[in-house]
Amino acid sequence: MKMYRSHIMVCKGTGCNSSSSELIAQNFEKELKENGLENEVIVERTGCFGLCALGPVVIVYPEAAFYSQIKPEDVHEIVTEHLLKGRVVKRLLYHESIDGDRLKPLDEVPFYQKQVRIALRNCGVINPENIDEYIAFDGYKALTKALTEMNSEQVIDTIKRSGLRGRGGAGFPTGNKWEFAAKVKDDQKYVCCNADEGDPGAFMDRSVLEGDPHAVLEAMAIAGFAIGASQGYIYVRAEYPIAVKRLTIAIGQARQYGLLGKNILGTGFDFDIELRLGAGAFVCGEETALMRSIEGKRGMPTPRPPFPAVKGLFAKPTILNNVETLANVCQIILKGAEWFSSMGTEKSKGTKVFALGGKINNTGLVEVPMGTTMREIIYDIGGGIPNGRPYKAAQTGGPSGGCIPASEIDVPIDYDNLIALGSMMGSGGLIVMDDTTCMVDISRFFLDFTVDESCGKCTPCREGTKRMLEILERICEGKGEEGDIEKLESLARSIKDTALCGLGQTAPNPILSTLKYFRDEYEAHIRDKKCPAGVCQALLEYKISDEKCKGCGICAKNCPASAISGKPKETYLIDQAKCIKCGVCMSKCPFKAIAKE
Amino acid sequence: MKTIQELEEIRKRTFETIKVRREHSGTRIVVAMGTCGIKAGARDVMVSIMETVAEDNLTDVVIAQTGCTGNCDMEPIVEVYRPGQDKVTYVKMTPEKVAKIVKEHLAKGKVVSEYTMNS
Repeated sequence: MKMYRSHIMVCKGTGCNSSSSELIAQNFEKELKENGLENEVIVERTGCFGLCALGPVVIVYPEAAFYSQIKPEDVHEIVTEHLLKGRVVKRLLYHESIDGDRLKPLDEVPFYQKQVRIALRNCGVINPENIDEYIAFDGYKALTKALTEMNSEQVIDTIKRSGLRGRGGAGFPTGNKWEFAAKVKDDQKYVCCNADEGDPGAFMDRSVLEGDPHAVLEAMAIAGFAIGASQGYIYVRAEYPIAVKRLTIAIGQARQYGLLGKNILGTGFDFDIELRLGAGAFVCGEETALMRSIEGKRGMPTPRPPFPAVKGLFAKPTILNNVETLANVCQIILKGAEWFSSMGTEKSKGTKVFALGGKINNTGLVEVPMGTTMREIIYDIGGGIPNGRPYKAAQTGGPSGGCIPASEIDVPIDYDNLIALGSMMGSGGLIVMDDTTCMVDISRFFLDFTVDESCGKCTPCREGTKRMLEILERICEGKGEEGDIEKLESLARSIKDTALCGLGQTAPNPILSTLKYFRDEYEAHIRDKKCPAGVCQALLEYKISDEKCKGCGICAKNCPASAISGKPKETYLIDQAKCIKCGVCMSKCPFKAIAKE
Repeated sequence: MKTIQELEEIRKRTFETIKVRREHSGTRIVVAMGTCGIKAGARDVMVSIMETVAEDNLTDVVIAQTGCTGNCDMEPIVEVYRPGQDKVTYVKMTPEKVAKIVKEHLAKGKVVSEYTMNS
């Protein structure tokens, strides 16, 4: 590869890509050519930088100038000012990356300051479609080390001692899983990668696959060596086209270099990987259902035991690891178990990637050491809640998880603390809520998702979640009855105890956790027919203030239900029986005289 | 199929070309690229630095550029920052002079004092 003095890294993760980052990259290439800089400056398309809310993001090295919310027409100024004349374009820089006249190094920018990037180490730094760039930052070095300096027991022992636990949700120790599969004798074993990320709000696996696909391939080969498998499968959502494309390219390049296939690096070890595209069924992220789907059968869970380590894919010993789990493996092999286990809490080692979403300023991906508090994630890294509104709760773990209320905002986040709080780590989706979020409505939202995605195999999940959803919908519509809460609790307990797979068993979690911390909101809906957060339309009343109303009649003119009446210069009145609660009057009133209660 | 040695060569070679993306503690050579600098030939100077650094296989060197440094009549201006040393400012640069700076100052740490601002 040629030497370039300056590198323009254009984020081509899904977020930035959907806001014209490809056009931005093309404009850079065009402008560089027009200015005769094409031999000095290179444009690279990378994976996600993490700060999705500020996309499209462009970083220019060696200055590490962090340009955010770039428009295709801004490219001309960056090329002529920064690249031609060496003057960083301040107005386009992310405001937190400058300190007076000084350009802060990226690790001093508040968003990155508290982060430790292991799984995301190469995201945004390398061109994921170029295997040489991955190799340059120590790629395939861990595989070389495992194959030439270690035996399978040593690899497993290192992973065990590191304390790495599955990042897909359940948090099972990865080394133990590998050890079980290694001990089973069989002529054929498999390594599967679960890239069927389906939790609402989670997108860290997608970002790793898009930004650093070789890290997953390399880790799978190491896992194959550890357990004695020669074949791997990556089960990835078809809805992730960029990830699928980059994985396909990466597998091709790795085969070409002999890093996948027969006799890898001349060591006699054989291992190859194939992709399997999922059709977007949430249940196919469950390990037994995922393996049935790879086999070409309908993706439905099967009872355990037998565990996959004994009888998994095609009835052969199989390990299934999540993308983020695998993204840690190579660094553990290279840097050692002690390095990894020095980070985190007693029982949760290393880092965790969270997908920050909801009511938060810096929407995006963050990777922090286990044990970081919710307050640090939301306020120090996430930049706080828009408009300075108060924090109400954070939903973690997607539909299988629950809410962390304001009273627990300083609890260090790890697997065990989250479970003690009635939530879970899950895949790492983290949805922040402020005081305008209705917790009953949130439960309804997650239950609606679960009902939609239930595979229907077992009755508790198929029927039980539907009954719970019906009750929640009734409560949100103002038709809640005394005894509904008790009914919900009893259904939740039965489903937890009797559902076949982990998805069914955890489906009641959002309800149980919101009932635990926000029971008064349920009661207000049922008894007082009020939605304290002002979300459930059926429970709201739009009212016109006597003091503020000037009698202009704009509200009445705009009301689609003719529910507002009055005389000019007198206070207007809303007929609650006719009001359809659309909120048009409130948005049209020039005097802010209408409020919802 | 690549061997382990070939992999190591790819690693070294590619790292040299993309290391500007990592935190860097080594030598930094900065060309002033204000309007005056460009007019005085700073771009040729920059290209020459890049070529010489690549030819001599110098590692741990980052080439950067900056705007006008305020000494317009001394352009093209090149500044060299080395860890533990004061900044050295070279003035009225030409591609030929630059080659000497790369070979002496960047490679061996010896300041080419006849080209500096104070000489």
